[in-house]
Amino acid sequence: MKLLITGGHLIDPTEGQNSGKNLLIEDGKVTAWLNQNESAPEDAEVFDATGLIVAPGFIDLHVHLREPGQEHKETIASGCAAAAAGGFTSVCPMPNTSPINDNAAITRYMIEQARTAGLANVFPVGAITKSSDGAELAEMGEMKAAGAVAVSDDGRPVPNARMMRRAMEYAKDFDLPVVDHCEDKSLSSGGVMHEGKLSLLLGLKGMPALAEELDVVRDIILAKETGAHFHIAHVSTKGAVEAVRRAKNEGINVTCEVTPHHFTLIDKAVEGYDTNTKMSPPLRSEEHLEAILEALKDGTIDAIATDHAPHHADEKALEYDRAPFGITGLETAVGLAFNELVHKGIINLVRLIELCSTNPAKIFKLKDRGTLKVDSIADITILDPDLNWTYNISDSKSKSKNSPFDAWQFAGAAVAAIVDGKIVYRK
Amino acid sequence: MEKPFRRRDLLGIRNLSADEIVGILNTAENFREINSREIKKVPTLRGKTVINLFFESSTRTRTSFELAAKRLSADAVNISVSSSALTKGETLLDTAMNLDAMSPDCIVVRHASAGVPHQLAKVSKAAIVNAGDGANEHPTQALLDAMTIREHKGKIDGLEVAIVGDILHSRVARSNIHLLTKLGAKVRVAGPKTLVPDDFAHLVEKNLFVSKNIEEAIEGADVVMILRIQKERQDSAYFPTLREYSIHYGLTNERLNLAKSDAIVLHPGPMNRGIEIASEVADSSRSLILDQVKYGVAVRMAVLYLATGGNPS
Repeated sequence: MKLLITGGHLIDPTEGQNSGKNLLIEDGKVTAWLNQNESAPEDAEVFDATGLIVAPGFIDLHVHLREPGQEHKETIASGCAAAAAGGFTSVCPMPNTSPINDNAAITRYMIEQARTAGLANVFPVGAITKSSDGAELAEMGEMKAAGAVAVSDDGRPVPNARMMRRAMEYAKDFDLPVVDHCEDKSLSSGGVMHEGKLSLLLGLKGMPALAEELDVVRDIILAKETGAHFHIAHVSTKGAVEAVRRAKNEGINVTCEVTPHHFTLIDKAVEGYDTNTKMSPPLRSEEHLEAILEALKDGTIDAIATDHAPHHADEKALEYDRAPFGITGLETAVGLAFNELVHKGIINLVRLIELCSTNPAKIFKLKDRGTLKVDSIADITILDPDLNWTYNISDSKSKSKNSPFDAWQFAGAAVAAIVDGKIVYRK
Repeated sequence: MEKPFRRRDLLGIRNLSADEIVGILNTAENFREINSREIKKVPTLRGKTVINLFFESSTRTRTSFELAAKRLSADAVNISVSSSALTKGETLLDTAMNLDAMSPDCIVVRHASAGVPHQLAKVSKAAIVNAGDGANEHPTQALLDAMTIREHKGKIDGLEVAIVGDILHSRVARSNIHLLTKLGAKVRVAGPKTLVPDDFAHLVEKNLFVSKNIEEAIEGADVVMILRIQKERQDSAYFPTLREYSIHYGLTNERLNLAKSDAIVLHPGPMNRGIEIASEVADSSRSLILDQVKYGVAVRMAVLYLATGGNPS
């Protein structure tokens, strides 16, 4: 099977490529870069990318696909469909399924379900501790052998420094990044939004920035001590990005990601008590958003990840302080990145592709992805930086509709996703 | 959702203008006299239905709303959490929409979660009146406090008001801060730092100050408002013991003497005598705690009247 992508502007930061090129794909691999007047095999299917950007496939390091166990919120198939529609060719589901992905059998099951759906690659993140309860290490080596690419206890962060130290030491032997949702729950439990002027005004219990920052600093010190690769999930505060910046300058092996909602919205969005503004970490104040934008600009932040967290409408239709945390994000991430980052001049297109593809592939060590050099796997995201479109939540491919971005207008979109050389989505 | 003509929600004081607040207070003044008649009933809201939907226990506020509705001849239905559908697994919004389908004119709601009245207002055709939502607002309490202050001081503009106690968890404090600062009073808040974060100074744009201690807040005040302190805050390490709280933050005669000689004392109730307020203060002639309760009925008559389409005086 041959596919020829013609007329597009090819950006591949791993090769320093940023100009017009045709791309030849055979049997799921990139086999040649051709000049746009160069002849190509006539039996290839042609994808006309004139006026479009051709980029290595986008990789989302942080999603919740809810399968097994909570299929009323999302399945691996529906989550992968939403991923493809949002331009993501690979997604990394967190282990907080039911049961928890803390063993090789569940890891294998998730990968198999994704293969059956055939819409996006799934690279599971295994649990750090059994049942993510912080007491005993999970079988990381076995999960890695089954296809897990990192370990995390995500929403139930390892509370105890001794356990985190052991986890980092052990994970290092298997070259697995340790991902932490940094939150000291002794400071944040019961909280439902960012602690600050707005939480006082709305009478909602706050989650202080301090809760995130204390855990970030603890884990950075542990990473320095153990030499493990520590990756911070959804960084959201000024103090946290400052700590990461210092750690990187010191040469500590730390990386971090940010969600589109944290570079777009602030806590003011909570006014009106719409539960689709409730997530963890919470939407922060203006000062934190500015620090996040600065960190995106200067390279302190390595990746954009959605923290796609589907919840059924019935579960979100509760009192603000009883509703679950989280919003969907796969289908709006690229639009938000164009609106808030590219078109506002915070970052350029090359950096966008680094944040969404090149760097995520490096962070989770996904071989032959995040690049389009010859012989790499043909996972490709096609972008139209100027396409005007409106997000209509009722058209979402996700089983859940809990997004604060319904009816938002965007300039810029992923217009096609190609996985393993096959076109899985076209806008 | 578009409400029927002129039907109005009262979700909080924060989104009201000074003129709207004065309009409600003036309307309440007109209704006041009904409560001292021998036959305490007028036909103003005959044929209207008011549902009191209380997800949190309350004696004073619920009785006050019920009497207000009945004295205006509205049909009042009380629903309390123990008999509600929520225990059967129905969601909050389902419960509200089912009640709304029975075409009440007004739903008065109290809930332990902030924002519930705002959420209900988005889906209901009936006017929603907030009778207290979590730590957010308790607008009718602030209105009855304002009525009490106006009665005894003749005005609100320019007064010095001290609010003392657990500001952090108090919907009464929030509604009063909004109301009093909008009407030109200068408000000072005080209490243990754990319960009065410095950020409170920025809650509103002007007229609000966080005092260093309770003495500074009370000094020269025209009005001293004391908030109820809850034992559960001690358990969450906001302060060591109720005993220590009463010694350092309780309103005693000695502390009250720092205020103006004609200062009045308010408390939203229920009081913990001997803890946030000494009995000698609570029972003194400066304490207007029962006046507050009395004016509560008139304020709620005004609110129900306006919410169901009446014109402010």
